[in-house]
Amino acid sequence: MTGSVGQFLVLLSLLVATTGAMIGFYAGRVRTKEAVEWARKFAYLYAACMIGATLVMEYALLTHDFRVGYVEQVGSRAVPMWVTIVSLWSSLEGSILFWGFILAIYIAGAVRFTKNEHADFMGDSIGVWLSCAIFFSYLIAAPANPFGLVANPPFDGPGPNPLLQNHLLMIIHPPFLYLGYVGMTIPFGFASAALMRGRLGAGFLRPIRASLLLPWCFLTIAIMLGGWWAYEVLGWGGYWAWDPVENASLLPWLTATAALHSAIVMERRGVLKGWTVTLVQASFLLTVLGTFMTRSGVFNSVHSFTQSAIGPTILVFLAAALLFAIVLLSMRIDSLEAEGRIDGAVSREGMFLVNNLLFVLLTFTILIGTAFPLIVEAFKGKQMSVGRPYFDAMVVPIGTALLFLLGVGPALPWGRAKQGQALRLLLPPAALGVLVAGAGFALGSSNFWTLLTLFFGGYAAHVTMAEMWSPVAARMKRGENVGTAVMQAQVRRGRRRFGSYVVHAGAVITIVAIAVSSTMRTSRELQLEKGQTATVGKYGVTFLGAEDRQEPHRLSTIARFRITKNGKEIATLAPRMNQYQTMREPIGSPDVYSTLAGDFYISLMNVDVPTQRVGISVYQTPMIAWIWISVILMGLGGLIALIPARAPRVAIASEPVLPGGVPAES
Amino acid sequence: MTADVMSATALTRRKTRWFMVGAFAVAAIAFVVIAAGGINKNLVYYWTPSDLYGAGDKAYGATIRLGGMVAKGSIHNLGGTSGVEFDVKDATRVVHVKSNGVPPQMFRENIGVVVEGTMTRGGYFESNRLMVSHGNDYKAPEKGHPVDKQELQRLMRSTEGLSNS
Repeated sequence: MTGSVGQFLVLLSLLVATTGAMIGFYAGRVRTKEAVEWARKFAYLYAACMIGATLVMEYALLTHDFRVGYVEQVGSRAVPMWVTIVSLWSSLEGSILFWGFILAIYIAGAVRFTKNEHADFMGDSIGVWLSCAIFFSYLIAAPANPFGLVANPPFDGPGPNPLLQNHLLMIIHPPFLYLGYVGMTIPFGFASAALMRGRLGAGFLRPIRASLLLPWCFLTIAIMLGGWWAYEVLGWGGYWAWDPVENASLLPWLTATAALHSAIVMERRGVLKGWTVTLVQASFLLTVLGTFMTRSGVFNSVHSFTQSAIGPTILVFLAAALLFAIVLLSMRIDSLEAEGRIDGAVSREGMFLVNNLLFVLLTFTILIGTAFPLIVEAFKGKQMSVGRPYFDAMVVPIGTALLFLLGVGPALPWGRAKQGQALRLLLPPAALGVLVAGAGFALGSSNFWTLLTLFFGGYAAHVTMAEMWSPVAARMKRGENVGTAVMQAQVRRGRRRFGSYVVHAGAVITIVAIAVSSTMRTSRELQLEKGQTATVGKYGVTFLGAEDRQEPHRLSTIARFRITKNGKEIATLAPRMNQYQTMREPIGSPDVYSTLAGDFYISLMNVDVPTQRVGISVYQTPMIAWIWISVILMGLGGLIALIPARAPRVAIASEPVLPGGVPAES
Repeated sequence: MTADVMSATALTRRKTRWFMVGAFAVAAIAFVVIAAGGINKNLVYYWTPSDLYGAGDKAYGATIRLGGMVAKGSIHNLGGTSGVEFDVKDATRVVHVKSNGVPPQMFRENIGVVVEGTMTRGGYFESNRLMVSHGNDYKAPEKGHPVDKQELQRLMRSTEGLSNS
């Protein structure tokens, strides 16, 4: 019964999406208020169907209705309730349904927030969104149907993938990633509508920017959560392996970041219109490519579920979307002609331009490294992969250059800078750069790239802080006290500007923390008996003993270690091996003593309870906790920038972008 | 007069445009050359013992993930953290492996393994990474459980236990 209701809602959503998409494109042609209104209604109706279907699935999971195919696959009466709830995204079929759910929320939200606005392009936008919805509803209805009926329902099921149960981060990482990935559909729809309409005005820029920034925030945090999860669970002491699936999440982030920057140049100077639209479309296409890579089983990793038949279907969708984007671009690119022009290279817009080229270069570098083995295998049948040194060698210089721009760009004025002026603006921050690099050298860093990163990091930190401070200082000069000046300048008027500098501050810390943690990490392997102590640098590790512990859904072998630093006890670490009933092999669970200065990380390699012997890997990594914190800061900064400043509709409407002109705020 | 100025600016503009296109092309070619070189130098080959012998001299110094079964009675524990020595075999060939570091929990005879490292001129495979093949699906552990070829391939592609070395 439950299964049939879900099935019905999915089929209904397919019908609604198809009809709604046609109405949307029709409304885009005739541009009458009534047609657009109907398209909006169908968008809401689609959202209702999809959200309803997801709720039905959750109901089936919670009531352990094993007549429903997906519940039979991942349900279990033995697991805790929260595991049951999140098992919606623990396997292929459920995760695609969850995708549809998020898409529904995004579409409904986009329609809601553009109420009374942009009537002339909402039709096409809704048409594009619902076309994407058709594809996902089709996936849910046919090749990845979670509502299939089970003829002889069992009393109990196997439960979801143990990896999902093994760590809290695995539960919050997927929703964030989906919110990032799926959200790229909305700016794609806006950008496509802009191309169909053949014009990209100032009023159109705001929805594109906002709808790109929101998923960008989620994706930023999702990528970090994935890395953090790998660090906390996989036991090799690192967080990023240039795994194809990790790369898949990074690629759309890079193009989206580039698009967010080029959109600013477009707003200020009236140039880079076609370029911005291309980047927005590329971001969406790369999320589809990423979905293909993770869901089709062409790559094997913790992310690939069982070999599935949906790979070719996603590939067809990718090809169709790519073709659509290319045809639209080539037909309409001339109509997005520049209204302004860029005067000089040594200017803020010049730096924006270089920034964009570097982001695109980075995207290509990683895309080539990721796709190369696939292409070789497809044509020559040989299996190989591109090793980590390729990515490191290519990404480190480009990343460092981006950090350099992060400092220099905001320090330069818009338009052509006079020679003396540029020098006067660019020199002072170097002092902090030298200071930070000097501190790094004194603390033992001798790697050239790390020291260079520290120098640029200090430089960029100075510029970022100065830019955040300058509007406050201007107000204080006019006689406001500190409190009101900060309130007025950052919170009330300059939220967008303030938010972007918070993102920049987070990015500076992230890049510095990545450089320091990856070049100054040390690792040791130890074999210990009960009571034995080993010395690792300043730390002492004493093996206190190992024991087995039976838990409802798993058997854990826990080894305990006392950690001392300079002779003083600081922590007890208890890495484990978890044996789940449904898996043959145990999953290791390392334990970390984390401080802002650095982490002390123990991973169990092997453990023998009867003889009380263990083999462990010990990793000491400085500054790694800063990565997690600063990336969250980046996400928060993005959200701050997203909150519209006072009365945006009026402000935008009355603020034409003059070629070469400078609007009042931001 | 205006026409002259106009055509002059148009000319400079066209020149600038061509210069930009040229610079862009040079940069793009340089990027492709660098990237291709980088990929070529850093390929990781997924081989069986037979593939390894078939590759001849190419195997020396290349990064290889060698997949096969641990031969019965070949494991020698070197004690402590100094590592293990064992033979990895497929249907026809055998490679002697010296692996440094602590072996993982499940390491034993007759099990599928993937070792990452390179072939040395000394005639043995030096590995700095040892991964044990295991399936995600539950199967009752059988005696003499045959090495699952797909499972080995899955392991070769995994990033489990990846280190920076």
